[in-house]
Amino acid sequence: MTNAIEIAGLVKTFGSIRALDELDLTVRTGEVHGFLGPNGSGKSTTIRVLLGLLRSNAGSVTLLGGDPWRDATALHRRLAYVPGDVNLWPQLTGGEVIDLLGRLRGGVDPGRRDKLIQKFELDPTKRSRAYSKGNRQKVALVAALASDAELLILDEPTSGLDPLMEELFRECVQEERSRGRTVLLSSHILSEVEALCDRVSIIRNGRTVETGSLTDLRHLTETSVDATLTGPVPDLAGLDLRDLDIEGGRVRCLVPTPALGDLLARLGAAGISSLVSQPPTLEQLFLRHYGDQA
Amino acid sequence: MNGWTLLLRMALRRDRLLIPSWVAVFVVVSFGSAAATESLYGDPVSLAAAGHAVNATPALVALYGPIYDVTALGAIGMMKMNAMGAALVGLLGLLLVIRHTRADEEVGRTELAASGAVGRHAALAAALGTAALTVVAVGGLSAGALAAAGLPLGGSLTLGAAWAVCGLVFTAVGGVAAQLATSARASRGIAVAALLAAYVLRAVGDTSGPAWLTWASPVGWSQQMRAYAGDRWWPAAFALLAAVAVAAAAVLVEQRRDLGAGVLADRAGPAHGGPTGPLSLAWRLHRLALAGWASGFALLGFLLGSIASSVPQFLEGAPAAAEMIRALGGTDRLIDAFLATELDFTALVAAAFAVSLIVRLAGEEAHGRAEEVLATPTGRIRWALAHLAVALLGSAVLIVLLGTAAGLARALDTGEVSQLLSVAGASLVRIPAAWTMAAVALLLYAASSRAAVYAWAALVGVVVLGEFGPLMRLPDWMQQLSPYRHIPALPGADLEVTPLVVLLAVTAALVAASAVLYRRRDIVTG
Ligand SMILES: Nc1ncnc2c1ncn2[C@@H]1O[C@H](COP(=O)(O)OP(=O)(O)OP(=O)(O)O)[C@@H](O)[C@H]1O
Ligand SMILES: [Mg+2]
Repeated sequence: MTNAIEIAGLVKTFGSIRALDELDLTVRTGEVHGFLGPNGSGKSTTIRVLLGLLRSNAGSVTLLGGDPWRDATALHRRLAYVPGDVNLWPQLTGGEVIDLLGRLRGGVDPGRRDKLIQKFELDPTKRSRAYSKGNRQKVALVAALASDAELLILDEPTSGLDPLMEELFRECVQEERSRGRTVLLSSHILSEVEALCDRVSIIRNGRTVETGSLTDLRHLTETSVDATLTGPVPDLAGLDLRDLDIEGGRVRCLVPTPALGDLLARLGAAGISSLVSQPPTLEQLFLRHYGDQA
Repeated sequence: MNGWTLLLRMALRRDRLLIPSWVAVFVVVSFGSAAATESLYGDPVSLAAAGHAVNATPALVALYGPIYDVTALGAIGMMKMNAMGAALVGLLGLLLVIRHTRADEEVGRTELAASGAVGRHAALAAALGTAALTVVAVGGLSAGALAAAGLPLGGSLTLGAAWAVCGLVFTAVGGVAAQLATSARASRGIAVAALLAAYVLRAVGDTSGPAWLTWASPVGWSQQMRAYAGDRWWPAAFALLAAVAVAAAAVLVEQRRDLGAGVLADRAGPAHGGPTGPLSLAWRLHRLALAGWASGFALLGFLLGSIASSVPQFLEGAPAAAEMIRALGGTDRLIDAFLATELDFTALVAAAFAVSLIVRLAGEEAHGRAEEVLATPTGRIRWALAHLAVALLGSAVLIVLLGTAAGLARALDTGEVSQLLSVAGASLVRIPAAWTMAAVALLLYAASSRAAVYAWAALVGVVVLGEFGPLMRLPDWMQQLSPYRHIPALPGADLEVTPLVVLLAVTAALVAASAVLYRRRDIVTG
């Protein structure tokens, strides 16, 4: 089997709201797949359909070779899930929740569990109600990472983590990939997806608008550069720049990330007096590429 | 405090159904019991006999308080509503305050409000205001209902005021409790414990203990306003002063703590272990609540058992009342009829425990904790059944515990050990009816997570059918709708097995139907 998840033409409505509108998504076994989209685009809804919590209205969904609605319990032996908004039982301690979720999934490896707790600097003796949002998320992450599930479904797992913990999370996901696990990572942080994912699907209004490897999608990750030079403007040909605008000694353009170093070298050689460079946010990209179709 | 009126309006808007329903329950029950009073105690002789009998029964005085004027119809007719009514209004006040303070804070709603342009104490002030308005409305409208039902106006106003001031005191107590613990549950536990302590204090003061104990209790102050028996208003001053002082204390404590934190720090717990599966998780979630209910049931059972033997005595010369108990209990023997009626009623309360568990199950789904369990190999049916199992087992335990405690008290009272078996055994037949109510709640939950709360309406419907159905002469088929209508009136009646088997079959059918519905629907968070 080469695909862990295959979704085609998935439709899910809540009353009159069409949350998923013929969505397609394919996640290959062994890859880390980024699942991107703005707020309310349908990421969590898709994941809940995959988990057999929501019933689809139309379309076909295959998860690990089975039907996520009919074969839910059997399929859940093989996956672990971290929800976007982690809610824990207030009276249980973090350690108890990790053990509980582990047991429900069929057992925990105590060594792995303890190592992860230590790595994420989690206090497992604290009652869940006393955890911050980030710490609740860590509890769910540790429980998922300590399992030996072949598929990890992570719904915006870093939205509450501080930058240090986010870095740690990235290491963990890379480790999981090297152990051959498949990861579906929903996010709206482009840099996180860039750092981790082999392939990416971008959805908007419940519909897939882009899917492919990061190299395929490279055109989405352009950096905007605004530089004022001390010398004459150098030759900028062959860099694949877009929206190039030269005004006296001032250069403004969008440059594909791989060519950024090259551009800066050429500008630097000409002498830079000021430089502002900005990676585009996901929202800007959406606005640029799809805003007029809304 | 800046912005608290805005929050107050928001709170009233959010509870625009809940608060009027509660007020209506108090008003309707007041009217109903006041209207029934006249027919119960027709002539002054039977009235005085009943009054003296109550005052001579320590268990009754402990439960309801003494009757300060045995010649006053209102004082005797409203005996059960005096201290008890005040305490229930207090309960309403504290629950409302905690709902709008700690419960909101726990889920982070207060943070949203706090980040806006409202003052530090605005949420607390708005919650206190909401509850205060509610208890005053309960007192005022109930006073009107009592007077409208034919009781003296002066006494009715006093009783309404006594309820309202007790409500105000415990509204303030709820405000303090919300500052102490970090969870709404623990806050409710603290405030309810304070209420129970106040109730016990006056119970002891009214019976064996020194009389000043009654004066140390807010419930005692309300009782000492002596509605229909002299109508004294000055004890209300104690209550109002205490309410203001305690509310000020709540504000002071809030001043000193961080948002989200409590004064009582959470104790650290074990780093390993915990529940092992869905059933063990359900047990862990509900065991504390069950323990609380169980201690209450054991105490209540013992009290009821102790009172039983004095029932004929205090109904002497009150043929109407005896007639009614006979009609309700369906047996000639008064004590048995009394016990049967009380066992029926407490089994309804046990059903409320079961319903509360199913409603919490819906809460688990709404708060997203169901999702985390259901993404594991635990299927939704197994997960719901685990909670149902605790609800069924818990309600059965409560019923049997109450029956056993009542039987024990009877056995001690009469010296006959057989009483223990007879009363404890009689309690068993109530279990199927409570289970049927739990299954109704489950069916509603299975249809939709949001529908689960309507199980409370079903339960209130059953109470109304049972309490007022015979009085209001509702058509028989309607009364038959209540599962409690089909329970054999043990002790004293013949044990009929068929209705019990039918109730169990209905329960099983409802659970099966729930499974069918539940398998088809979406699990929805939020
Ligand atoms: N239970 C529900 N009832 C009604 N509408 C819903 C429900 N669940 C989701 N929706 C709607 O479906 C759409 C998709 O929501 P979803 O939660 O899947 O978005 P998302 O991509 O996860 O967003 P976010 O990035 O904010 O987490 C939204 O418009 C949302 O309002
Ligand atoms: Mg989401």
